[in-house]
Amino acid sequence: MSASASTAVKQDAGPRSTRRRGRAGYLARLALAIVIAAVIIFPLYWMVVVALSSRADLLSGDLRLWPRAFTTENFDRVLSSFPVATWFGNSVAISLVVALISVTVSLLAGYAFAQLRFRGSNWLFLLALSTLMLPVQVIMVPLFRLVSNAHLYGTYWAVILPTAASAFGVFLSRQFILAIPRDLIDAARIDGAGQLQVFTKIVLPLSKPLIAVLFFMSLLQTWNDFAWPLIALKQNELFTLPIGLLYLQGQFGSDYGATMAFALLNVGPMVLLFLVFQRYFVQGFARSGIR
Amino acid sequence: MTSRRSRLNRGESLTGYAFIAPNMVLLTVFVLVPLGWAVVISFQQTNGFGAGRFVGFDNYTRLATDPVFWRSTVNTVLFTVIVTPVSMAIGLGIAVLLNSVLPARGVFRSIMIVPMAISGVATALIGVLVFDQDTGILDKLIRSVGLPAVNWQSGGTAAFASVLIVTLWWRVGFNMLIYLAGLQGINLELYEAARLDGASWWQRFRYLTVPLVGPSSFFLLILNVVYSFQVFDLVFVMTGGGPENATSVLVTYAYDNGFVTGDQGYAAAIGMFLLALSLLFTLVRWRTSRTRDLVE
Repeated sequence: MSASASTAVKQDAGPRSTRRRGRAGYLARLALAIVIAAVIIFPLYWMVVVALSSRADLLSGDLRLWPRAFTTENFDRVLSSFPVATWFGNSVAISLVVALISVTVSLLAGYAFAQLRFRGSNWLFLLALSTLMLPVQVIMVPLFRLVSNAHLYGTYWAVILPTAASAFGVFLSRQFILAIPRDLIDAARIDGAGQLQVFTKIVLPLSKPLIAVLFFMSLLQTWNDFAWPLIALKQNELFTLPIGLLYLQGQFGSDYGATMAFALLNVGPMVLLFLVFQRYFVQGFARSGIR
Repeated sequence: MTSRRSRLNRGESLTGYAFIAPNMVLLTVFVLVPLGWAVVISFQQTNGFGAGRFVGFDNYTRLATDPVFWRSTVNTVLFTVIVTPVSMAIGLGIAVLLNSVLPARGVFRSIMIVPMAISGVATALIGVLVFDQDTGILDKLIRSVGLPAVNWQSGGTAAFASVLIVTLWWRVGFNMLIYLAGLQGINLELYEAARLDGASWWQRFRYLTVPLVGPSSFFLLILNVVYSFQVFDLVFVMTGGGPENATSVLVTYAYDNGFVTGDQGYAAAIGMFLLALSLLFTLVRWRTSRTRDLVE
């Protein structure tokens, strides 16, 4: 927007002064962008520095933005004291299963709400959507009892099943699938395709970006989920990385080197995936009719 | 013909119900049933996880005279009315900046949204690391330029501010992303016309950009309020609601009652209050902007 501002200014008024003004504006914007980016990046940079610094370095009172020497001692201490590999595996397993269930369930429901006519569909859609407003803390007490009574407590399913249905996933799917022309579906129906065939042969192939978005967003959310897993995962060996991270902090207190080393194991894989999947992520938001 | 169409529709209806069934079953079992159950529990006095005893509105009347509950309510509202407009304003500012001509614009955009990928617990712990009032890098920086140290942990206001700052760091990227999508949908000819009419940069921002990203603002308003009502990870890990409940919010207070002190009936009542607050917001939103429905 201010981009077009600077180019157009060049055209009307006197050429030299405005070009200089446009140039100054450009440099000011660049400087501002660099400052903001630095504010966002610095805490992450600092996490990495602390994770790679020795204890003595961290305890010294002077201000230094670069470690005296890099060391992996924090990682060694964390890996030897906690079942980090198990927790990492738990996080991967739970996130993948939730993402698969969530994508499937959201696509099916999103297709029905977008393209199929049935009594009460609007009302049911609003009902599904309204659960977005509901914090887990409102239902955590009965949900915990339910999970215990169903003998799910002490298994992965205690986390997986209550988090698998995603109101946002259904919303996003419906918005995306609404954009598929109804004529395309009707034509396939007239050609004799069954409802399930329409879904698998027409809707799914056209929804690849949506599927990527849903899968990644669910993966991200579950990987980072905290409030419910904190309640639902009691045994140490079932912990996911965020719960393990809190547990480790409780044990190690202000041993920031160890805490940050472990935090990196939680943060690193997701940031990498995020950067790779970014296109789908941004595209998903833009195409969900949110504009 | 008509009978054939109605048969087709019946088939379509059945398919519709079948397709939404998996989602609805999960939702019913793990959200709606617990919600109804939570209403029941909120009228009970419970001891740990044993069967409760009905005590009428006792839990609710207790809320009225509980100072920690009121503190948590005030903090939740305060958090919401600060985080929502500030994260939207900064988000819009950065979106406008990163929608203009800049080198490596894509890289800047990516950097802004990286915090979205980081877990609440890790974010909170990075916050603890940076804001530590004894060894934190922030206070070292503050003192190195000659300013007085800030008691980020022992001071109530400072602790609340530290949670707000970390929240903004975490959330601004999301706001920017939504606004960026909104900005890219704007017809640039409008700006051309405004410029020919002699509108200044600020006028174009105020009278074109702001109204034109209205739908994005509306969407963000809802999501930011919903998020703020539910803020748990950051508070729980960064401050645990302390010092002396200065940062306690409704969700952390409910958790403390339900799973630390084991007063589950009371925790459920706090949950009901939070739900009522959310519904009130929805109602106000519905009344004030019927024309812009999220759904259609």
